[in-house]
Amino acid sequence: MIIYGTALLAACHLLGLFLGDLLGSLIGVKSNVGGVGIAMLLLIFARLYLHKRGLLPQETEQGVAFWGAMYIPVVVAMAATQNVVAALRGGPVAVLGALGAVVVCGCVIALLNRGGSQQAWQPEAETPQDPLA
Amino acid sequence: MQMLEKVLAHNGLVTAFLLVGIITWLSARLSRRLTLGRVHGSAIAILIGLGLAYYGGVLTGKQSGLADISLFSGIGLMGGAMLRDFAIVATAFEVQVTEARKAGLIGACSLLLGTVLPFIVGASIAHAFGYRDVVSMTTIGAGAITYIVGPVTGAALGASSDVMALSIATGLLKAIMVMVGTPFAAGFLGLNNPRSAMVFGGLAGTVSGVSAGLAATDRRLVPYGALVATFHTGLGCLLGPSALYLATKAIMT
Repeated sequence: MIIYGTALLAACHLLGLFLGDLLGSLIGVKSNVGGVGIAMLLLIFARLYLHKRGLLPQETEQGVAFWGAMYIPVVVAMAATQNVVAALRGGPVAVLGALGAVVVCGCVIALLNRGGSQQAWQPEAETPQDPLA
Repeated sequence: MQMLEKVLAHNGLVTAFLLVGIITWLSARLSRRLTLGRVHGSAIAILIGLGLAYYGGVLTGKQSGLADISLFSGIGLMGGAMLRDFAIVATAFEVQVTEARKAGLIGACSLLLGTVLPFIVGASIAHAFGYRDVVSMTTIGAGAITYIVGPVTGAALGASSDVMALSIATGLLKAIMVMVGTPFAAGFLGLNNPRSAMVFGGLAGTVSGVSAGLAATDRRLVPYGALVATFHTGLGCLLGPSALYLATKAIMT
């Protein structure tokens, strides 16, 4: 049943957020501490456990996979509800923050990839590819 | 016409599904026609979303973007905290633990660096531009990790809506820069084998940025980069409102 998958997801979601709240109050932060991350870990472990016992038919998986696939659309909807007018007043912060992060990470990537001894792949063979396909 | 408006307004969430579907379809076409697939469709869709939020904000003078227009109030539910967190948790289902082990130590190291370094850059720049309180600095710094980590962190810490929007804008700009810039910087980055793709996936972050950037470079590298990058948002959501927030707080006070 598809609803079992969605219910499993809901259980992990609620338990994770609850544990996040609990962790927050334990360390004296007035906020949820990593609730979403904890929920993700719970779901990964639940999946491993159930998969091993063969308790995870494909229909159940679909109940979770649907919501995973809805993640970009939900983010699009979230973007449409943000206070963009206010954000644009702080323009340079976003541009400089993003640019700085990309440049710093790019340099570290180059550094790490030059450090290790490794074989470079041959350039990809010519494959006819229609960009409009 | 009035009857149609009434139907749309009374079925807010369903209207939101339709609207986002149309936006996604439109952006997929724009991605293919205008940018030859180089800028990922989802990035364009998010840009359109932000544009609509701007329109809504200008039209109503309120804070919730398009959701303040009563016809589109359902978009507030669809993009609200509940469904957003629900969908993000669901993506963890696709993480393959055995595959992840193969990514190994170097992937984990770059993942950690890719979370901490952008955070430091983002939080420092936020501080330099006058966002001196710990919650705003953390939220903008988290936005420099990915555009998901920013709002998740901000929501957990209770950041204001304009700081959240700023942090999403930072993450979005980063994703777009990665998508567009990767094919051009591939030589400099040493991006020519699976291991380097894993390093790239960990450090560059955002799944959409990494997968689109690698696809435009050498599509055989995509799974390696994406495998590490799928952990990026999860790790950021775990560390952002906890370790990184506490570290920022400790430094600032």
